[in-house]
Amino acid sequence: MNFDLTEERQMLRDTLRRFLRQKYTTEVRNGIIASETGISSDIWSALAELGVLAALFPEDQGGFGGQAFDVAVVFEELGRAGVVEPFLDTGVLGGRILGAAGDLERLEAVIAGGLQLALAHAEPTSRYALSHVHTGADGTRITGRKAVVLNAEAADYLIVSARVRGSFDDADGISLFLVPGDADGLTIQGYPLLAGGRAAEVILENVEGTRIGSEGAAYPMIADAVAAATVAQIAETLGAMETATALTLDYLMTRKQFGRPIGTFQALAHRMADLLIEMEQARSAVINAAGYFDTSERDLNISAAKNLIGRAGRLVAEEAVQMHGGIAMTQEYELAHIAKRIVMADHRFGDTDYHLERFIELGIA
Amino acid sequence: MDLSYSEDEMAFRQEVRDFLRDELPKDLSEKVRLGRDLSKAEMDNWQSILQGRGWLAQNWPKVFGGAEWNAVQRHIFEEEAAGAHAPRIVPFGLTMLGPVLQKFGSKDQQDYWLPRILSGEDWWCQGYSEPGAGSDLASLKTKAVREGDHYVVNGQKTWTTLGQHANMIFCLVRTDPHAKQQEGISFLLIDMDTPGVEVRPIILLDGSHEVNEVWFTDVKVPVENLVGEENKGWTYAKYLLTHERTNIAGVGFSQAGLAAVKRIAKHANHNGKPLIENPAFAARLAQVEIDLRAMATTNLRIISKAAAGDAPGVEASMLKVKGTLIRQEINDLARRAVGPYAMPFASEAVEGANDLIPDPFDAGPVAADYFNNRKLSIFGGSNEIQRGIIAKTMLGGGR
Repeated sequence: MNFDLTEERQMLRDTLRRFLRQKYTTEVRNGIIASETGISSDIWSALAELGVLAALFPEDQGGFGGQAFDVAVVFEELGRAGVVEPFLDTGVLGGRILGAAGDLERLEAVIAGGLQLALAHAEPTSRYALSHVHTGADGTRITGRKAVVLNAEAADYLIVSARVRGSFDDADGISLFLVPGDADGLTIQGYPLLAGGRAAEVILENVEGTRIGSEGAAYPMIADAVAAATVAQIAETLGAMETATALTLDYLMTRKQFGRPIGTFQALAHRMADLLIEMEQARSAVINAAGYFDTSERDLNISAAKNLIGRAGRLVAEEAVQMHGGIAMTQEYELAHIAKRIVMADHRFGDTDYHLERFIELGIA
Repeated sequence: MDLSYSEDEMAFRQEVRDFLRDELPKDLSEKVRLGRDLSKAEMDNWQSILQGRGWLAQNWPKVFGGAEWNAVQRHIFEEEAAGAHAPRIVPFGLTMLGPVLQKFGSKDQQDYWLPRILSGEDWWCQGYSEPGAGSDLASLKTKAVREGDHYVVNGQKTWTTLGQHANMIFCLVRTDPHAKQQEGISFLLIDMDTPGVEVRPIILLDGSHEVNEVWFTDVKVPVENLVGEENKGWTYAKYLLTHERTNIAGVGFSQAGLAAVKRIAKHANHNGKPLIENPAFAARLAQVEIDLRAMATTNLRIISKAAAGDAPGVEASMLKVKGTLIRQEINDLARRAVGPYAMPFASEAVEGANDLIPDPFDAGPVAADYFNNRKLSIFGGSNEIQRGIIAKTMLGGGR
């Protein structure tokens, strides 16, 4: 048994932490969030150069990592700094599908930081159900509507799921298509997200796509990409929770009311202690999800972790804000953004309740 | 023991309901329902409609032009108004300053300031909190020094709600730096157009501009703007707080919020069925509804006592803690209910931006509301301060 990160992962972690601490200040990030694209191309290129994207892929795909722990290390640091750039969408969701399909040429461009991707899978009524696809494909021509597609506007290519046979909720019968961002018949209605970054409603009317993988059998590719993305998401949230607890701890020791640091009031001290206990639980949940990733217990551990992070994340975000008081409600204070990242993460890849149900189902099976 | 309202009270409820149906502008209630920011003109408009009916100053005695409603009547109005998505009455002049002037102000102050509150001529804001004086309000540092027939005020106030619309601010200032903390504070009325007053916006985490910093640099305030006696301001501030705490439980808001969550959950789809049929979500919903039903009765029990003349003391703190927790839980349910559609949000600072946001459940910005309403357990005496009051009262050393 060994719970230490490998030396390479430690180095990557330290490099990222140092870079983001220096370059990705609250002010810089608030500027990025307020910008038209919601992305800083400078930050994107710099992080690609530091190996953020390469770490997400194995050597035979042109990267230097690709294991679940590589994903977790990278995203914990991105989360710690509250990074809003769409590394999860381009690097994990899109990149893993390109890798699985053997499209190494485009993957090389992704790893170099020169290509943006978006997975257009969820639909207005699918909520978190992965198999629900109404969008249809007639040959390679796609018609339908995709909901809250992150990074759709910036994407050079959208990876679009469409049903070629079966009922709307069958796992079987779904194909994936590569669609250029400027394809005819494609309408992208973009908007900002509460916790930074942008998404869009994507409407496809007889849009020509190039099929990825075999016809009607794309579900396992989607499920694998979403599994990896969920690990990335919970690691990112863990990093954000680390920042929230660190800021709160610091505030409790420095903010004085009634002539003493507020952390010396037991009512707050005990609640801070509870948060620190939950942080250890959260870290272990992420380790479980990454550690069992290549086993038959992958999904069980991912659902366990997403549920736990959902609960612990909400507690940490709410308690951190509460113990700070008004200052944490202001846009210019770091915690405000971090708290939003933590809570909004519950709305991607299934929320606390979704993963509780899934854990129960997988446990019975 | 009788849980039902009296016939008079039910007739009153009907009267309120009819009024809201006939007089509340539809475009205004729709904006409130969707959680949009209201302009000063829109808030003024609603308040002048209420004043036209004599229902604006609900807690003021008739002699000052108020409706002189008792606590049960006020509760009925608040419940109906929340259900109809009426704008909130801006409380600073009406429920905070008004009662203080009526009890402690001079005849001249009452004659001058009270009618201007009713007519909307003055928009008041509250100058209490400071960067270093939040929960520990008595440690405030803004000072006022008497020079002839003026005070000269220097310092900084913060969390000044809607201060950007205000032309007047009532402030707690330190007039005796040598007295014990609570004993050197005075209650001062300051014209915000006086040279040396500067209002700076504070943008909240949902992009909204509802609070401000107010800076005072050598601001000259005529001595006739002192309320009551010098160095007795803490007494007046505490009196004001008891009025700030009516409707502290926010039961009407919780009921309206819960109805909205149910509506969303009937329309949202979860694995091919309405979300409201999902056991996990249904359990969360039931839990908060159970709490709210009890809260409504707790609230009425305390209100009935208040209507009979007993001032709510420690009970107000209990209502604040439990009432805000329930409201926040309902905000949490609303964001869960909309699923991935909780994520899109455009700040109203960007003109027309909200029209681009997909809102398939017609729910409004529920996630932004969830974050914005974290303030409920922080402002007006944080829930920690309220628990301290309850504990101190119950465990001994009570005030």
